Amino acid sequence: MKKGVVVYLHVHQPYRVRPYSVFDVGQSHDYFGSFDNADVNDEKILRKVADKSYRPMIGLLQTLLDKHEDFSVSLSITGDFIDQAERWTPDLLDGFRRLFATGRVELVAETYYHSLAFFFSRQEFEAQVNKHRERVQQLFGITPKAFRNTELAYNDEVAKWADEAGYGVVLAEGWDKVLGWRSPNYVYQPVDTKNIKLLLKNYKLSDDMAFRFGDSHWSEWPLTSDKYIDWIRASMGDGDIVNLFMDFETFGEHQWEDKGIFNFFEHFVAEWIGQGNTFYTVSDAAQGFESADVISMPDTVTWADTERDLTAWLGNSMQNEAARHLYALENDVIRSGDQGLMNDWRYLQSSDHLYYMCTKWMNDGDIHSYFSPYSSPYDAFLYYMNAIRDVRWRVMQHHRLGGFYPPKLPEKNSTI
Amino acid sequence: MKILMLGWELPPHNSGGLGVACYHMSKALAIAGASIDFVLPYSAAHSNADFMRIHSATKLSPDLKAHLGSYDSSYVFERNLDDAMNPNSLRGVQKKYVEFVEKMAPEIRPDVIHAHDWLTMEAGIRAKELTGAPLVVHVHATEYDRSGENYGNPIVHEIEQEALLMADRIIAVSQLTKDIIVQQYGIPAELVEVVHNAANLDDFGPYTYDKRNYKYLEALKYEGHTVVASLTRFTVQKGLTHFLRAAARACEKYDKFVFLLAGDGELRDELIELSADLGISDKVFFTGFVRGKQWRDVYSLADVFVLSSVSEPFGLTALEAAHHDSALIISRQSGVGEVLHSSLKYDYWDVERLADQMVGIALSPGLASDLRNNVRNEYARLSWNDIADRCMRVYRHARSKVLV
Repeated sequence: MKKGVVVYLHVHQPYRVRPYSVFDVGQSHDYFGSFDNADVNDEKILRKVADKSYRPMIGLLQTLLDKHEDFSVSLSITGDFIDQAERWTPDLLDGFRRLFATGRVELVAETYYHSLAFFFSRQEFEAQVNKHRERVQQLFGITPKAFRNTELAYNDEVAKWADEAGYGVVLAEGWDKVLGWRSPNYVYQPVDTKNIKLLLKNYKLSDDMAFRFGDSHWSEWPLTSDKYIDWIRASMGDGDIVNLFMDFETFGEHQWEDKGIFNFFEHFVAEWIGQGNTFYTVSDAAQGFESADVISMPDTVTWADTERDLTAWLGNSMQNEAARHLYALENDVIRSGDQGLMNDWRYLQSSDHLYYMCTKWMNDGDIHSYFSPYSSPYDAFLYYMNAIRDVRWRVMQHHRLGGFYPPKLPEKNSTI
Repeated sequence: MKILMLGWELPPHNSGGLGVACYHMSKALAIAGASIDFVLPYSAAHSNADFMRIHSATKLSPDLKAHLGSYDSSYVFERNLDDAMNPNSLRGVQKKYVEFVEKMAPEIRPDVIHAHDWLTMEAGIRAKELTGAPLVVHVHATEYDRSGENYGNPIVHEIEQEALLMADRIIAVSQLTKDIIVQQYGIPAELVEVVHNAANLDDFGPYTYDKRNYKYLEALKYEGHTVVASLTRFTVQKGLTHFLRAAARACEKYDKFVFLLAGDGELRDELIELSADLGISDKVFFTGFVRGKQWRDVYSLADVFVLSSVSEPFGLTALEAAHHDSALIISRQSGVGEVLHSSLKYDYWDVERLADQMVGIALSPGLASDLRNNVRNEYARLSWNDIADRCMRVYRHARSKVLV
C-alpha cells in the first residue's frame, strides 16, 4: 500500500442559547437563537459561515475529487448542523450529497447532538448515535462504518462500545502522554477489542494547518505546500499514514481565504499526489494496514487544550452542575413523549454550551483563547441554567412533579 | 523624590474610598523611597501614618468635615474662594486649605505635586504656580460621576476643567474615568495614565467572622436565604434605587432573599420608603454607617455583593468583598470591572438583568463557588507596590517634561 494522508473534517454548528432570563422561564420556551443579538443569531451565523467556509470548501473538495482519482476525504456532520442547514441553507446538504456520491468521501458516525452523553447516560448516547445513523442514511444513503465521539473524547470504554456496535474504526487524539515512544502515524488496535482499529490524530501537523497557518507571528509563517509536504515526510518516517483531523470550518472561517488557506490546500493535494502518494478515507486506512500495536487509554483524552482532557467542558463547578441538572432530567423528559421538549433537551446537550462556561483562561489571563458568544462564562451559565429550569417546568406540566428550588449555597470560610 | 501630596482625608477619618486609596498609595510610595508631605484639611492624630509628614491646614476636627458634605457638591456656590465667607462651609475650608498650601509649598520645595480630586485641585494649581514643580492630578471621581443621572454642579466642573488643563500628567483610576476625562473634559488621551487601585490584604489583618454581629440575618441564612449586600454611601451616584427595584423583581421568582444595605447618606429615607412601596421592606435591612468589625462582617455575611453604581470610577468595595469570599455583581459603569473579570456584569439601569443574576446565583451553588474562587485569583494580583511604581514613572515623566 502507498503511504497516504488521511484527511478528516468535522462539520458542526451549535444551537446557541439566547440571553434567556429567569423571567422567561415558564413563559416562553424559545431558548435558541435571537434576531436581537448577533452573537447568538444562529441563522445569521450559519449563513455567514456558509459563505465564508462551507460553500467554497465543498466546491474545492468537489474539484479535487473530480481532478484527482487518488484524493479522498472523511467527514462527520452533526445533527445540529443538519437541522440548521435544512432550515436555512439546504444547498449545503445537496453539496455534501454530491461529495458522498463520488464514493470517495466517507461519512463518520457520532452523536446526533454533538453531546458528551457517553459520560452521563449510555442509553441516551446510543439513542443519539442511532438517530444520527438513521438521519444520514435517509439524507445521504450512507451507513457509517467509522465512529468518532464528540470532541474526539476517547477512552478504552468508547472503543469497546464502538467495537461491539460493529464499527471498523474509531478516531482519537494522538497524545504524546499516551503514545510515549509510539508514533501516531500507524494504525493501532484498542485494548480488549476484537475487530475495531484506532486512528490517531497527528496533532502537530493538523494544528499547523488548523491553528497556526495564518499566524504571521509564527516562525514558520507563511506555510507553503512544499514545506508542509517536507514536514509530512519527516514526520511519517517509516510510518504508513499521517492523520490530519480538524474542523471543516478551518477552511475559510478559522483561517481566512485571504490568507490563502484554500490555495494552500489545493496545492498540497495536487503536489502530494503528483509525487506518487495518495489519500485514504479513515476506513480505507484501517482496513489497508495492519495494526502496529495495542493501545490502552483508560483516562479520557480529547482534542482540546494543552491538557487534552475533558476540563474544557467539565472543569469547573458550573459546568459540572449544569451537566448534572441536564442529565437528571433524562427519564422525565423521555417519559413525557413530547417531541419538542425532547429535542430542546437534546439541543441543550451540545458540548458547546459547556465550553462557553469554561473559566480556565482566567488563570493565564488569556481572554481570547476561548471563543464564546457571551460576554463571560458566568453569563453563559446563567442563561443555560434558566433554560434548564424551563425544561424542568415543562416536565412538571407533564408529570406534575419536579421543582425549582436548589440546595443551599456552600458554607463560606469564616476565617481569612 | 519629594512629593507634596494634597488629600482630603485619611483613615480612620474617611467617609469613602478616597481616603483609603490615598493612604495605601502613600505608604507604598514611601516604601519605594519617596519623601511625602501630606496635607489634610482637618487636625487629628494619624498614628498609623508615620511613614510620611502629615500637615493640618486647619484646626478643625475631622467630625466637622463629615458635616461639610465633602462628596456633595450641591453646597458649593462660590466659584472664587475669596467669596467664601463662612469659615465652616466646604468652600471656607477649601479657602483655608489653599492658603495653608500657599505658605508651606515654597518652604518644602517639592519635586512633584500630587493632588487628589477636585477638593484639592485649586491648592494644586497654586502650589504649581508658586514652586514651578509639575502638577499630577489624580482623578478618583469626577463631578460627572458624583452627580449620577443628574447634572452636576457647574462650579465643580469648572474647577476640575481648569486643573485638568493645568496638570502636567493625569492619573485616572480606570479606563472608564479616562474616557470621561477625554470625552467630557476634552483632555488629550496621551496625557492620561490609567492606574487601577488595589486592595491591601495585609491591612485587613487576621480576622474571624463573628456570626453574632448579625444574628438574625445569620439565622435566615441558615434557613437557606441568600444574603445580597451593598456597602456604600447612599447617593444618586450609587444606583441603589435600581438595586431595590431589581431586588423586588428577583423576589417575584424566588423569595428566599435578604438584602443588606450597609452605609448611610442623603438617599436613606427615600430608599426605606421605596423598599416599602415595592413590598419588600421585610427583606431589606439598613445598618447605618458601619466601620471596624461591623464593616468587615457585612462582607463576610454577604453571599452576593452588588456594586450598583451609575458611574463609579473604580469601586474599592468590590475588591474588599472579593477578599471576603463574596460572589460579585458589578455594574458595567464601574471601573473595577476592568480588573475583575470573574464577576457578573449588568448595565446599572437594567433591573431585569440584575434580578436574573441575583436569582441565578441564589439557585446555583456551582456558580456561586466558581465566582468566589476565580475572583480571588484576580484581585490578589493587584498590588499597591505596582501602583507606586507606576506613580513614580508618571512623576518622572512629568518632571522631565517640565524641565524641558
